[in-house]
Amino acid sequence: MAISRNKLLSFSAARSVGLAGFIALAACLAYGQTTNSCLDCHSALPDPLGVPQEKFSQDIHAQKGLTCASCHGGDPTSDDPDKAMSRKAGWKGKIDRKQIPQLCGTCHSDPVYIRQFNPSLRTDQSGQYRTSVHGKRFAAGDTKVAVCTDCHSVHDLRAPSDPRSTVNPVNVAKTCARCHADSDYMKGYSIPTDQFAKYSTSVHHQALAVRGDLSAPTCTTCHGNHGAAPPGVDRVQNVCSNCHTFQAQMYEKSSHKKAFETVSLPGCVVCHSNHGISHPTDAMLGTGPGAVCMRCHTPGDACDQARGGLQTSLSQLDAAIKSADQVLGVAESSGMEVSEARLGQDQARDSLTKARVTIHSFRTDLVDQDIQAGIKIAAKDLQAGKEAMVERNHRRVGLGVSLIAIGMVLAGLWLYIKKIES
Amino acid sequence: MSVRNWLDQRLGWDDLIAPLRKKTVPLHKLSYWYFLGGITLFLFVIQVLTGILLLLYYRPGANEAFESVQYIMTQVKFGWLIRSIHSWSANLMIFTAFAHMFSVLFLKAYRRPRELTWVSGVILLFLVMGFGFSGYLLPWNTLAFFATKVGTEITGQVPAIGRPVMIFLRGGEEVTGATLTRFFGFHVAVLPGLATLLVLLHVLLVQHIGISIPPKLEVQWTANPSAKREMKFFPNFLLRELMAWYVALGVLGALAAVFPWNLGVKADPFVPAPAGIKPEWYFLFMFQTLKLIPPKVWFIDGEVLGVVVFGLIALLWLLLPFFESDQPTQMKRWITGLSVFALAYVVGMSVYGYLAK
Amino acid sequence: MVADKISQPEPMRRRVIGIFLGSGLLASFASFIYPVLRYLVPPAVIDPGGDEVVAAKLTELKPNSGKIFRFGNRPGLLIRTVSGEYRAMSATCTHLSCTVQYRDDLHEVWCACHNGKYDLNGRNISGPPPRPLEGFEVQVRGDEIFVRRRREA
Repeated sequence: MAISRNKLLSFSAARSVGLAGFIALAACLAYGQTTNSCLDCHSALPDPLGVPQEKFSQDIHAQKGLTCASCHGGDPTSDDPDKAMSRKAGWKGKIDRKQIPQLCGTCHSDPVYIRQFNPSLRTDQSGQYRTSVHGKRFAAGDTKVAVCTDCHSVHDLRAPSDPRSTVNPVNVAKTCARCHADSDYMKGYSIPTDQFAKYSTSVHHQALAVRGDLSAPTCTTCHGNHGAAPPGVDRVQNVCSNCHTFQAQMYEKSSHKKAFETVSLPGCVVCHSNHGISHPTDAMLGTGPGAVCMRCHTPGDACDQARGGLQTSLSQLDAAIKSADQVLGVAESSGMEVSEARLGQDQARDSLTKARVTIHSFRTDLVDQDIQAGIKIAAKDLQAGKEAMVERNHRRVGLGVSLIAIGMVLAGLWLYIKKIES
Repeated sequence: MSVRNWLDQRLGWDDLIAPLRKKTVPLHKLSYWYFLGGITLFLFVIQVLTGILLLLYYRPGANEAFESVQYIMTQVKFGWLIRSIHSWSANLMIFTAFAHMFSVLFLKAYRRPRELTWVSGVILLFLVMGFGFSGYLLPWNTLAFFATKVGTEITGQVPAIGRPVMIFLRGGEEVTGATLTRFFGFHVAVLPGLATLLVLLHVLLVQHIGISIPPKLEVQWTANPSAKREMKFFPNFLLRELMAWYVALGVLGALAAVFPWNLGVKADPFVPAPAGIKPEWYFLFMFQTLKLIPPKVWFIDGEVLGVVVFGLIALLWLLLPFFESDQPTQMKRWITGLSVFALAYVVGMSVYGYLAK
Repeated sequence: MVADKISQPEPMRRRVIGIFLGSGLLASFASFIYPVLRYLVPPAVIDPGGDEVVAAKLTELKPNSGKIFRFGNRPGLLIRTVSGEYRAMSATCTHLSCTVQYRDDLHEVWCACHNGKYDLNGRNISGPPPRPLEGFEVQVRGDEIFVRRRREA
């Protein structure tokens, strides 16, 4: 009797545990999957009513547990289309373009709400947007300008850190270009549409999109993202100076700053362009194609002479480095040890890099300081290379001596053979 | 009491060198080819000596090997010379070994009773190529790393035993520092030991049987013994050999001084293989053949077929003397034709492989 | 008479051969043995083996200072922090390969070319450098400071 009671007890205990476990499991499975009945139909409908499940599963809002109703209103728990899409339940239908910034701002400008999901997410986007060219025109009634969904996409909206996101730094330029490079779309606006084409040829694009260097700028780096606007002619070097500190510092103290400001020229852009920034070369200081100084300066004047001096200095150091490299190269391929000198060459190249930055002061005396330091190092390395070549020639002399000795032995053997065989 | 008597009392010196005194070398138009074996032996001795010198500074191990070779090339006095001689002599030795084999082949010096000399010689040729393959990896530079990868990969293609052999050679699934350790062991201990034994056997056999005479001449001289011309090995032929060896020394020195052996860049397993990777020249003819075989022949994988065929050819090469006996002239002509084809193939494919991208 | 004539050139010839062979053999052997003997003597600069170099002597660096040393074919930076501990890292800036330096006023590693900055662990904290500087292991043995590449765990 005791035994059967125990058995009964253990059986019901097991049943309770099993039931509880099942409920817990169901709860776990259901967690994060708030009912979204909209997708039951809309995942299978064709465009423009369709949102495939595959697409929507990538959306960060969906991943955080929001439903279609979070933006479109209605009742996502109901399977009855009339109930789900009833005005009474707050259903908005297709969101009108003019409503989008306000709609997104409902959540994204509410720090208390956003804190629930990502406490470090900014909530000033709407405010910034209103200061931007897009925002201002939008407020004036222009519906062609960008609103939130144009850049961030909708229904497959990804976090900016996701490499597939339309607003990931690597993809930003392409996203902006959707409108800004479309000359038909941009008809009626007084801005050019070649920025993307030019940017694609630039060093910044090369660094960012090709080399994956996320410190390189894209459209939003210089123009801002939510508060997008051109920096303004007199503010250009502020933008550039965020990364190119030294050049900006030099320029700040130079004669050009005042000169450009007086005639409202946009600083750095005058010589380096804004979108199609190519790798600067020493030819920019020259008189041939690619020369920038001579666009403004008169041949023969004091500035032209200074320019000539700067160019000569740079090419002097460049030539010194190259000639040392050449000698070291020959020595190395002859098997000589010149690694110390090779390291010195790095320092000489550093001097050249520094000199090219100092150019922005437009002062020959400052540039010369860097140049002379570099020339000294290159001369030392050239010397080391020459010494290595001397050592190499010693080897050949040594070889010659041993070959003579070998030759003598061969002659001696030959004569000896002849002798014993005669 | 002279040194000779002293040695004779203890070692039986006179009896030992008596055969040497009597040894002769047949003299005919093709006698110059007889130098090749001696030169190969001389270069082998050079390899051993320079190899021992290199051992004083070389460190096996993925993180030290390259630096130690760099140290030898740049810091050790005349290290560049020793290392360059070792590398050049290796290539020269492989060349003379092949030339020696082909000259023996065409002079038909493998005939009865010299079959064992041939067999030991062919095995030595394989060992010498093994020396080249294992030694090439030791500086642990990029070219060597990938050449070893490709080479062992091809070995793995042999059906059934290929993969175990590849894992044995590599010391694992991939080419790593373990491979380097293994190759070092092969290169300085296993292969030298085997090679020394076989060289001893090979040379003793030559001593015992004497130098071979080309078949036609042999017939002539047996019929007419007075027509026989020969030269005493000691001192006449030996003096000439010494001259050849001295010339070899001069050539080696010049090559080492004027074209020091390259060091390259340290191997990095994570860098992709450089385009157009090729093995050393003595493997080119096989490598190029494998590249030319279509991916599939009937139902057999092309590369597997290539490797198997080469394996079979190696086996046949080893046993060549046993296919030819004195009687059937048909077989003799076949083998002569085959020899010509083999030489043309090896040379042609090597050139092709060298020139191909 | 004839026999005399023939034997006359013999000693002369023998001497010539002797000279050639003798001096030739001597000279050639010397040209072989001399390099080998020099080779056998260990060089003054020892090969510490592995990826290891002596970066500095113990008394060389004061606290809050840095030194550029040679690490293989590239420059390395050895820093003695304010608190006296040693740090070592690659001195090749990850931006455009200029040689960085230790700034004793900023207590940071700085690149003079484009104002890139790294912290004392080599992490890039400001300016254009896209990646940190490779860190090295420091070991003080006796009165020498050894630097070597980090071994994987």
